[in-house]
Amino acid sequence: MGWVRARAAVSAVLQISAVSKRFGDVHALEDVSFTVQRGEIVAVIGPNGAGKTTLLSIIAGSLAPSSGRVRTEGGRVGWAPQEPALYSRLSVAENLRLFARLEHVGDPQVAVRRMLAQTGLGERADERVGRLSGGNRQRVNVALALIGEPPVLALDEPSASLDPAQRERLWRFIAGLAREGTTVVFSTHNVNEAQRYAGRTIVLADGRLLFDGPPSELLARASEADADLERALVAFLEERTRASQP
Amino acid sequence: MRWLLGKDLRILARSRLLLALLIFYPVAISLLIGLAISRSPSRPRVAIVDETAPGSTVQVGNQRVEVDRYAKQLFNQVQAVEVGSREQALEKVRAAEVLAAVVIPPDIAARVSSGVEQGELEVIYNGNALEQSLVQSQLRSALAQANLGFSEQLQKAAAQVIDQLLKGGNLGQLGAPANLIGLEQIPGVLRGVIAKQPPGADREALQRIATFADFAAENLTVSRRVLSTVGQPIRVKSTLLHGRRTPLDTFAVVVAVTVSLMFVAVLLAAGGVALEREEHALARLLRGLVSRETLLAEKSLLAAGCAFVVAFAMLAFVGAFVALDWSRIGLWLLALAFGAIAFGALGVAIGALAREVRAASLLAFLMSLPLAFLALVPAGAVASGFYDAISVISFMFPFKAALQALDTAVNGAAPAIGGSLAHLAGLTVLFAALARVGLARAE
Repeated sequence: MGWVRARAAVSAVLQISAVSKRFGDVHALEDVSFTVQRGEIVAVIGPNGAGKTTLLSIIAGSLAPSSGRVRTEGGRVGWAPQEPALYSRLSVAENLRLFARLEHVGDPQVAVRRMLAQTGLGERADERVGRLSGGNRQRVNVALALIGEPPVLALDEPSASLDPAQRERLWRFIAGLAREGTTVVFSTHNVNEAQRYAGRTIVLADGRLLFDGPPSELLARASEADADLERALVAFLEERTRASQP
Repeated sequence: MRWLLGKDLRILARSRLLLALLIFYPVAISLLIGLAISRSPSRPRVAIVDETAPGSTVQVGNQRVEVDRYAKQLFNQVQAVEVGSREQALEKVRAAEVLAAVVIPPDIAARVSSGVEQGELEVIYNGNALEQSLVQSQLRSALAQANLGFSEQLQKAAAQVIDQLLKGGNLGQLGAPANLIGLEQIPGVLRGVIAKQPPGADREALQRIATFADFAAENLTVSRRVLSTVGQPIRVKSTLLHGRRTPLDTFAVVVAVTVSLMFVAVLLAAGGVALEREEHALARLLRGLVSRETLLAEKSLLAAGCAFVVAFAMLAFVGAFVALDWSRIGLWLLALAFGAIAFGALGVAIGALAREVRAASLLAFLMSLPLAFLALVPAGAVASGFYDAISVISFMFPFKAALQALDTAVNGAAPAIGGSLAHLAGLTVLFAALARVGLARAE
């Protein structure tokens, strides 16, 4: 068994080892460890303040851990932060071109055309980002994460401001990327979204990793027969809270 | 860096309101400051009622000085509005047509001529405490100038009278005795008479009179000299320790250009860094795409470049109206470049503290304006302890050093520019380091 784990760690595209993060006296993350394989889609769920955004920021390299280590195969992680990080006075194409150049993409023009086609933003290429709807801004945000064709993608609540149709299109797109080998770690408040699109779920609460496994396993823990993943998560967190009380 | 620079220039070009504000606002502010410094205070508008009879004179011995001369002296010191009566003057003051009214009473000539009473003027003014203070101060100065002029006239008349007493001759007045002997001639005449007198009481009495005449003539000569000294007891002789004298108008140009340089550089640099955070792009950039040092250098250089262009354009434009020494253009460019970069560094330090562009701009403005005014406070205008505190604050920010560098470059105000440039370079390093720390803390 130990040998199998060692093998998995070696072939992992993303390896999080004992990562902790403190902001003054606040422990945002405590001793979090897990690995993610190539092409895997992992959902990070948990209540508000659980440490989801902190974990995604550390994976993306935007935040340094207080202790622990993050190792990524190929070294690059595409990142779509919770708030779209875009220049509102530049057009969609200008934003993509700028980040393609900063990411040292071989042919920025080709990369821009590819991302415009993949995200369905071709008709909006010359439109200023500040004039786009929230959904379209989020699509540009994800496109920027993908412009350098990274092996790992960290998406912080990627579907938060999308309507159902846009959400469906986004997840189809992400599933396609995963099929081609891109590893995706995303955070979400929509637990059913995690159930539907992720192959694996990580539950964080108060900065601690409480659960790491497939959504079906979390669902199986619910006592009610007709429980969905959201009710199963709530029951799981309540059970953990009771267990931790003296 | 060039991609970031290109991006920022594109954003700047598309932010027309910001661009207009960044250029026209500092230019407007600096022109106002320049005008305020270079224009001497205008003469107060004062109503003058001259109630003296036409041709009134003040009698000094056998000399006469026309009272009208005093009114003329006063008219030269103010924007005079002649009115016929005290009531009309009161009406003009109440209606705020004039700042004050001065009434020259009819008995002024008699009082001054009496030699025991002073002439008295009535001053009427209105308005709030600030206006009253301003009017009193301006009027006091105007009246002092007029008094000085009038007293010179009186001294001149008195000196003529003393001269006549000493030298004698014809007084030139109808009915006055002709060929009057002067005090200076009396001892000589008396000694001739004394030589012919036999010794005795008469000769002794004449001898005493001759001694007195000698003494009186000697002292009257001194009195005449004293009289001219009393009029203006102290004369001012100015000596400039080093450098050449900076004319007020070219110094005003230097102040205006430095203020513009500061506003454009500080506001642009602060806004540029804050914009990255406002757009949430900072975290994306700083995760390996761009280093903090590169980002800060890019923002500083962009802001400094824009400020340099605006300031040089201002200097060149103003140079068409004010005599500037174009042979020193190399020094101008050096001073502008060092100043712009130091202001840019201050701007990025401010931008690193603020989360959004509005906050950064407000902070930059609130810091810059008082610093500029503090740096312009002249030594001796405030208490020495307070001035020392001001000097320390001014030393810690680039405005005063930039002003000194540019004043030296444009006007040759100091023998060498190197000290100011080294000061600016030191401040650039200091503020760049603060910006670097601020950016790291903000993340």
